[in-house]
Amino acid sequence: MDHGPNVKVDEHVDLVKYKTKVGIILFAVYTVVYSIFVLINTISPKAMEVAVMLGLNLAVFYGFFLIILAVIMGLVYNSICTKIEKKFSKEKGDAK
Amino acid sequence: MIYEANPIAVVIFISFVAFVLGLSFYFGKKGSSAKSYFAAGGEIHWGVNGVAFAGDYLSAASFLGICGMIAVAGYDGFLYSIGYLAGWMVAMFVVAEPMKRLGKYTFADALDAKFNSKGIQLMAGISTLIVSIFYLIPQMVGAGVLVTPLLGLPHYAGVIIVGVVVTIIVSTAGMKSTTYVQFLKGALLLIFSTILVIIVLINGFKTKPSDDFHQYITLTPSIENGAVVGVEEAEYSFVKQIEVGSTSFIKIMNEKGPRWWELREDNGSYSLVETLTIESTPEVDLFNGLPKEAGAFYSVGSASRLFKNGVEVQATGALGIFGFFKVINDSEIIRYKKVQFSDSDNSVMLWHQVITPGNEVLRPGLKFPLDKEKGATPADKLNFISLMLALFFGTAALPHILIRYYTVSTPSAARKSTIVAIAGIGLFYILTMYMGFGAMFNGVMDVQDGNMAAPLLAKHFGVVLFAIISAIAFATILGTVSGLIVASSGAVAHDLVDKFMGKQMTDKVKVLVGKGAAIVVGIIAIALGILFEGMNVAYLVGWAFAVAASANLPSILMLLFWKRTTSVGIIASITTGIITSMGIILLSSSMFAKYGLDPASAPFPIDNPAIFSIPLSFLALIIGSLLTQKKKSVA
Repeated sequence: MDHGPNVKVDEHVDLVKYKTKVGIILFAVYTVVYSIFVLINTISPKAMEVAVMLGLNLAVFYGFFLIILAVIMGLVYNSICTKIEKKFSKEKGDAK
Repeated sequence: MIYEANPIAVVIFISFVAFVLGLSFYFGKKGSSAKSYFAAGGEIHWGVNGVAFAGDYLSAASFLGICGMIAVAGYDGFLYSIGYLAGWMVAMFVVAEPMKRLGKYTFADALDAKFNSKGIQLMAGISTLIVSIFYLIPQMVGAGVLVTPLLGLPHYAGVIIVGVVVTIIVSTAGMKSTTYVQFLKGALLLIFSTILVIIVLINGFKTKPSDDFHQYITLTPSIENGAVVGVEEAEYSFVKQIEVGSTSFIKIMNEKGPRWWELREDNGSYSLVETLTIESTPEVDLFNGLPKEAGAFYSVGSASRLFKNGVEVQATGALGIFGFFKVINDSEIIRYKKVQFSDSDNSVMLWHQVITPGNEVLRPGLKFPLDKEKGATPADKLNFISLMLALFFGTAALPHILIRYYTVSTPSAARKSTIVAIAGIGLFYILTMYMGFGAMFNGVMDVQDGNMAAPLLAKHFGVVLFAIISAIAFATILGTVSGLIVASSGAVAHDLVDKFMGKQMTDKVKVLVGKGAAIVVGIIAIALGILFEGMNVAYLVGWAFAVAASANLPSILMLLFWKRTTSVGIIASITTGIITSMGIILLSSSMFAKYGLDPASAPFPIDNPAIFSIPLSFLALIIGSLLTQKKKSVA
């Protein structure tokens, strides 16, 4: 049987490096926000009772925030990656 | 509880399942190559793939398990939602595009792309099988839970129905039909969950959720020297008193038979509060003192006191999306605590009321003991961190999720489909809060099994909605089980038989081997689904995440980001991850209870292994790689 990717992927090595770097930075940011959430729950669960806004306590507010932040960061990541992919694609087209 | 099949529900349910099967056969006829069977030809649109991701991921654990856990233990159930969703960030930012660049049919392809190692092929294949089977257990348990109220069938019948239907789907058509089943069910799940939440908000909460809701009554005991000697209400007579921990339970008789009541003391004033009991005598099980068919075993879930805008009310009226939480926070909820004890030759399972302030159900601590003042130990806190770690790192290591990256054509499509998935899954997880708390307040809970909270909440608002929600929940299980069985069959046919054993197979034979493997895995899943009846499905999925995060993720991450990774390191990591995570689970207190042993005698004080098994797996990879720097292609 043949091996290798299902569809041949043709991406410039610098493009891959750039996207990886952006991904790692965003991942680190989200990991920090998530870790703080887990730590507050673990160390001081009572602190999650504190009213924050709109009638929501910290527990519900932070939980919803983590979910909405995930979507926003995903969109930001896609926007950055799409922009750089277009740039590389244009440079490739110009080179031809 | 006693459930009877409703004809409308049965018709809607059967029509839905028939439609899903028809879809499978249709796509089954369209492609028979290995590429089509294992990866849907790599031609699925990223938008469809994203919704299918959501359909694949929002399994029984999410719809049944999380909603059920929120309904029973409040905010602690939502912690699963947060962990499951956060795990997608690892998938999106770190794993999605590289997996697409490196792989072909299975995640073992990606791991092995650099080394072509028999050892990696073997271990990655085994790991896929183990994780998939761990993940299959809760899905099958969920299937059994669903058919009981829907079709009036026993638990095992539901497990067998799902097992057979899914095996037919997978063995006829593979990844393409699985993708469209998941797309359909993912979209419907989001639409109808939103409708259910809107109905919950419009209806608000009432202290008496429905006209036929059983209001639990209170009696007055006669007390002498702190012990009950009689009951003041003439139709009842005192039988005996039993102490369980710090709570007293009183057996009293009336014309219907014997019942157990909880003795309460409040500022020197005593009362007897009705409980729910299942008393197993040598001849028969009695539900609240009567045979099951008498229907005396009631549903529960209501507020003892409701407050809106600081005023105590009997009904809140319609609530807004934020006001919903304010009302919960200010009110008091009747929850139920389970105890077990023996009475002569009878064993008694009893649920008694625990009045819980709303602010406590809206913060962590009712399921996971985290509050020092309430007796939480360091081991409890470690257990919680370990669970959150497993959920965070598990998603990106689940084989049935990883294979979905091969169904799209490019890395950017893989990325975009992940974002669509996160948006859909995130929306659903926000809805779980409204569905779970909706069930907690609307008198629909079955104390024997919290998993049915969301479908029973739908039943509260009408049988048609119940049938549709149940059919979607059933399709949810079908979709996820299909994905898991495709991943398992790929591991057997592609990783083990083709690559590891080196059997030269034509495309047709490879697909046949995959289908054979699908049938065998389906049978194993049915057996395990029956065996694990009664356990919360979200809890069981937590274990699957822990095994995946321990066995697979260290290898994936280190292969991508550490140039000195060798094949021996990867093999050592997968092996260590599987052994340590499974070892801790099998020796945990939860499993000891399942074996019928004393949970306190379990060698591991925690149930969630990730905090130990993930670092050990990384360590094994690093040591294995450093020791074999010049032997990269030996294994």
